[in-house]
Amino acid sequence: MPIEIKNITKDFGDTRALDHVTLTLGDNQIYGLLGNNGAGKTTLLSILTGRQCPTEGTITMDGEPIENNDAALGKAFLVAEQNMFPDDMNVKRAFKAAALFYPQFDREYADKLAEKFGLKTKKKIKSLSTGYASIFRLILGLSVNTPYLFFDEPVLGLDAQHRDMFYRILLEKYAECPCTVVISTHLIAEAANLIEHAVIIRNGKILKDCPREELTADAYSVSGPAGLVDKFIAGKHVLSFNILGGLKTACVQGPCDTLPEGLELSAINLQDYFISLMEEEDRK
Amino acid sequence: MTFQEERPIFLQIAEQLEEGILSGAYPEESQVPSITEYSVTYKINPATALKGISLLVDAGLLFKKRGLGMFVATGAKEKLKSQRRDLFYHNYIEKLVREARNLDLTAPELTAMIERGFQDADRN
Repeated sequence: MPIEIKNITKDFGDTRALDHVTLTLGDNQIYGLLGNNGAGKTTLLSILTGRQCPTEGTITMDGEPIENNDAALGKAFLVAEQNMFPDDMNVKRAFKAAALFYPQFDREYADKLAEKFGLKTKKKIKSLSTGYASIFRLILGLSVNTPYLFFDEPVLGLDAQHRDMFYRILLEKYAECPCTVVISTHLIAEAANLIEHAVIIRNGKILKDCPREELTADAYSVSGPAGLVDKFIAGKHVLSFNILGGLKTACVQGPCDTLPEGLELSAINLQDYFISLMEEEDRK
Repeated sequence: MTFQEERPIFLQIAEQLEEGILSGAYPEESQVPSITEYSVTYKINPATALKGISLLVDAGLLFKKRGLGMFVATGAKEKLKSQRRDLFYHNYIEKLVREARNLDLTAPELTAMIERGFQDADRN
């Protein structure tokens, strides 16, 4: 498998940011790395791209360990919050510099995207607004053409129109030259339909790692009079519930047997599933 | 098209294609949108779009022309119509009768209502 993450642990002083994470990222799929703030998403992506070293564990890319391995690390690109270029460099020169580090960087395409997003390439990076600073980094990622492409909270600070543009351009790009994409986000509803495989991380541990559809396939929500709902969910795996007057709604995981009269069944979307799962973990 | 959250998107893609074939938006022997077009337009993973389109290929409603894309099969519209008639009974008639019973409507009363529905539709 292209990327094998084995038993990765990362400590920052007393804080364990990642706790024995083992994960495989396959070829040409779009992964969603989902988790609340502080779950360890950024740390994991930073380690995957050699920006940080793990306290323990190994990562291999196409069979080669990434540690001190420029060739392997050159195959991956991370779009993150930090800017890698000197602040007083302008966008145009930054594109030029990116082409030096990443031979497959497509400057023509980057310029085209800059025009599409309305990013002024003569501007200095430090003078870009929050939104345009994000767009600048996204364009780098979309133009770099590495086989592994990681986005850490890619749409922070972007307005609705630009977010929409980013998702479409990413899919266009992905269709044209498939690569392994990991999108880390806590904006789950927006990314839900983009991703093929979901990895849910919580407190530095992998909670779920499966095709996105499977995640919600056997989860459902049932609502109705509290007494009836309680009777129905007894003995079932209840992720979360809420009560509104006499009406109770419960999110349940597992097979659903025949529903008694008076109860209503509905499927649950990825975001609701995620929230329910987090609530269940909170109770533990 | 906006997707309903409760149902798998690949099914909704398949249904939308079927609607298009039935309505004539995608005539027989004409090309349907590509997986990439579906993916980008609806912001969905291409694998999801492929899954939806594959359902119609498996049903013999679409066929692949190598290097060109997906096309509507000859006879697809008629095939769909007959499938839909069966579904219509299950999805609408069975429910209609059940609800009619709840409301104490008799069969002749229901028939009269359906006839009125046809008349109203013709007038509009």
